[in-house]
Amino acid sequence: MTPLHWRSAAEIAAQVAAREVSAVEVTRAHLDRIAALDRRLGCYLLVDGDGALAQAAAVDRAIAAGDSPGLLAGVPVGLKDLLVTEGVATTAGSKILAGFIPPYDGTAVARLRQAGAVILGKLNMDEFAMGSSTENSAFGPVRNPWDESRVPGGSSGGSAAAVAAGLCAVALGTDTGGSIRQPAALSGVVGLKPTYGRVSRHGVIAFASSLDQVGPLARTVEDCALTLEAIAGHDPKDATSIDAPVPRYRDACTAAAADLSGLRVGVPEEFFAAGLDPEIERLVRAAIAKLADLGARVVPASLPNSEHSLATYYLVATAEASSNLARYDGVRYGLRVRDPGDDLNTMYQKSRAAGFGTEVKRRIMLGTYALRAGYYDAYYLRAQKVRALIKRDFDRAFATCDVIATPTSPIPAFRLGDRTEDPLAMYLADIYTISCNLAGLPGLSVPCGFTTSNTLPTGLQLLGPPLGESTVLRVAAAYQRATDWHTRHPPGAERSTP
Amino acid sequence: MKITRDEVRATAALARLALTDEEITRLTRELDAILVYMEKLAAVDVEGIEPMTHAVALACPLREDALGPQLTVEKALADAPASEDGCFLVPRIIAHDKEA
Amino acid sequence: MTPYESVIGLECHVQLATHSKIFSGASASFGGAPNTYTDPYTLALPGTLPVLNRRAVACALKMSLATGCTIRRVSRFARKHYFYPDLPKGYQISQYDEPIAEHGRIDFLLDGTPRAVRLTRIHMEEDAGKSTHVAGAAYSLVDLNRAGVPLIEVVSEPDLRSAKEAAEYLRAIRQLVRYLGICDGNMEEGSLRCDANVSIRPVGDVAYGTRTELKNMNSFKHVQAAIEYEVARQTEVLESGQRVVQETRLWDEGRGTSHPMRSKEQAHDYRYFPEPDLPPLVVTEAEIEALRSSLPELPLARRARFMDRLGLSPQDAALLTAEREIADYYEQVVAAGPSCDPKRAANWVGGELLRELHRDERPIAQSPVSPTALAELIALVAGGTISGKIAKDVLATMYASGESSKEIVAREGLLQVSDESELLRVCQKVIEANPKQVEKFRGGNDKLLGFFVGQAMKETGGRAHPERVNQILRRLLA
Ligand SMILES: [Mg+2]
Ligand SMILES: [Zn+2]
Repeated sequence: MTPLHWRSAAEIAAQVAAREVSAVEVTRAHLDRIAALDRRLGCYLLVDGDGALAQAAAVDRAIAAGDSPGLLAGVPVGLKDLLVTEGVATTAGSKILAGFIPPYDGTAVARLRQAGAVILGKLNMDEFAMGSSTENSAFGPVRNPWDESRVPGGSSGGSAAAVAAGLCAVALGTDTGGSIRQPAALSGVVGLKPTYGRVSRHGVIAFASSLDQVGPLARTVEDCALTLEAIAGHDPKDATSIDAPVPRYRDACTAAAADLSGLRVGVPEEFFAAGLDPEIERLVRAAIAKLADLGARVVPASLPNSEHSLATYYLVATAEASSNLARYDGVRYGLRVRDPGDDLNTMYQKSRAAGFGTEVKRRIMLGTYALRAGYYDAYYLRAQKVRALIKRDFDRAFATCDVIATPTSPIPAFRLGDRTEDPLAMYLADIYTISCNLAGLPGLSVPCGFTTSNTLPTGLQLLGPPLGESTVLRVAAAYQRATDWHTRHPPGAERSTP
Repeated sequence: MKITRDEVRATAALARLALTDEEITRLTRELDAILVYMEKLAAVDVEGIEPMTHAVALACPLREDALGPQLTVEKALADAPASEDGCFLVPRIIAHDKEA
Repeated sequence: MTPYESVIGLECHVQLATHSKIFSGASASFGGAPNTYTDPYTLALPGTLPVLNRRAVACALKMSLATGCTIRRVSRFARKHYFYPDLPKGYQISQYDEPIAEHGRIDFLLDGTPRAVRLTRIHMEEDAGKSTHVAGAAYSLVDLNRAGVPLIEVVSEPDLRSAKEAAEYLRAIRQLVRYLGICDGNMEEGSLRCDANVSIRPVGDVAYGTRTELKNMNSFKHVQAAIEYEVARQTEVLESGQRVVQETRLWDEGRGTSHPMRSKEQAHDYRYFPEPDLPPLVVTEAEIEALRSSLPELPLARRARFMDRLGLSPQDAALLTAEREIADYYEQVVAAGPSCDPKRAANWVGGELLRELHRDERPIAQSPVSPTALAELIALVAGGTISGKIAKDVLATMYASGESSKEIVAREGLLQVSDESELLRVCQKVIEANPKQVEKFRGGNDKLLGFFVGQAMKETGGRAHPERVNQILRRLLA
């Protein structure tokens, strides 16, 4: 029988609902495993053991009382520490939020609780979601469970690694430029960034408001579908939330949906250009061939402006970030340096300098500069125009295909410290994921094999049209049914099973 | 050079970041490299293109004018580094720097 | 001395009368204990998002329609960045290059002459909180109750030519927003605030001079005084051969002078960009039409109607349309009695009633005398039941006790004496008691008739019908 920590969310929810296993048992097993393994991996910034056991007991009681079990009854979930949790410290991976205990729950978190999920704790991340390796956390890096000398990707690295190592069944991450999909690919799990506006941003600490989205990471596509079903939908607390009904995403993952006949998979050659690791290219092309085996028609797609996406993204994202991070001023919450000086500006400058890490400061500086009078038109405004061109490319491409398939990351997981000295090189790790955010589209990364040289996971990225989550999930689920990559577990995590 | 030390310094002042001389030097170099990379956007033909400020085209939803949950003073000040008499306490404001 | 002309533009911040803040459900009330009107959004807690208040938009649109602005079908919010402890997010959400309305005008009267001042724009934005600089202490205290209260900023073209005109313009704005019910217009509480841009130029010049911005004027009186001071100051600067420095100056109402605000450490660079958390505000034709048809008759139109249709003097019409509630009350009085003469009603409402209300600082909506009751009183005078003089006392009693005029007149026996024989008796008595005056009157001193009438009125406790008394006395003294 599968040990509790490798069971899928779908299995756990069904078994808890049927009272074959209790939510408390499932929670205990995960808490024990976190205690045993996470000292090495560094996934969790905070484990809320008492809170989790209390939630689990409440789920068990409700089911015993005959209440209808939620979609995620008893499923142990970890939250990227960018998600605000009532009464539980929330840091965004930053020293500047030292001591901050939010007085409210964000919408996605509240919806998870309503669905019966058990929240185990808060997961490590790049500070304010700025990074692609989780090395920018103020609280130490996360290690990739497949090779602990390597990064798990980022910025939702704690989420990806925790799911990969069986430290939770599902995690929530956020994706501003690839921060769910890229760590999912590097850590060998499934990660889904929904359409912008599909999941409420209320209670998600803002990095770049026009790009940020919350989404699930899990070991199976079906678990991502279930989780999305629980958290998606209109929220009056977020003015950018889309008011459209939430389909039964799990229906996209059934055996019946796995026949891809008639479905057109677009392949943009711009995403297979210089800089792409040859092994990744081979694995991704093989995965696309597998989709053809499943009935899909592979067609060429053209996204000519994607070469501009990185420059566009770093202008838009940093400009918005410089604004969103202005509220961390040491007045109402968070860090104020002990010797703030005797005037306000000194307090601001010292507190912000002490509270923010190097990468965050770099981006605040870039964003502030790009918005300055005299530079606005050349940088920010121009970037928003190029962004419109990038979106137009996708609109045109989706006229002739149903989903677009690309590699998720040009490179597999790299060694800790390898790229920290060169910000541009680090930014290039997001080259394939950012255009999806700029265009507001749904995107998913599904494991598609391992590099032979050092057995690192790789990911196939599937992009859909706006609100095309079901299509993307259907293709990924069909692929997963036809492959067994997701049944492999990191050797280190396997050995250490308590 | 896309950016000078002085511009970096002025930008840091705007962003309220106290930076050391070494940080200014490093950031001048790094931001310059990044801005040079951004230069490629200058070559893109964006004639007649409307800037895209939102990922999804929506109209601004409106909220009814009703009170929602309020915080008590205690809760409002709970996370504050310093407070007094129900107010947030900040170091003296020297430069009058406000607008409305 | 060169004759100079003042060039003045006003930026008025109007606090909109909503229950909740512009972007969140925290209370928008005035005057609570510090930090009692907050919620996670007001404190700019991480993860909070703005959601626009429907009523705030409706208020902004009403003002835009009432001032004949062109309303943008699609307007946008932007972020304006600066660090200040009463600005929790580090930026103010405001409208920048695409405001909700543009190109309107405010009409008003300056010494009875119609004036029109062009409006550049009206935009929506959120208010900041309040910082108190503790005297002598090394710290300041911040109260965020007001942070996020909805405002519209009404920006005029530099069309105003004197301090007095600026004050009249501001009065017109106050009157308008109160008519529209979108703001209480309370300047002391900061519901209506204004900044003035002032420059002067030699008469005949087309180019503008260097302007200064005046802040911190919280009454009409101070707006006028501050501008007058500034015009005089600038004139002196130019006359002495110096240049006016572009700066922001704070009015010190205690000293009656202004002084430059401490210069900033660095020039402002607000780094405006479109607010990503709020999609564009779209206003439909149907919404605009619905609001347009809900607009009340505006002050100047009502004033004109009171003059043209009801025959009121310009002064009376202005007085009775100063506030919408007064005009409503007045019209109810006129409507209450078919015999109620509009001019007579105007005298009563604008005179006696407003005097009573004014003394008690009581709004007309809370008048103890209802329009119907006042109309009854006026009818008693018109019908000769009581004299006008007595009616004034009756009104004072009505105001104090809430009784009807008929009750008071009956109880106190105040019915007017018009009985011929009674009046004849009184007049004879007066003549007999004053033989010297009779002699003088008959000797040609006509003015003494008033004396006899007065004595007769006194004799009847003011109840005698004055005209009849007049006739009888003339006959007896002839
Ligand atoms: Mg202004
Ligand atoms: Zn303003």
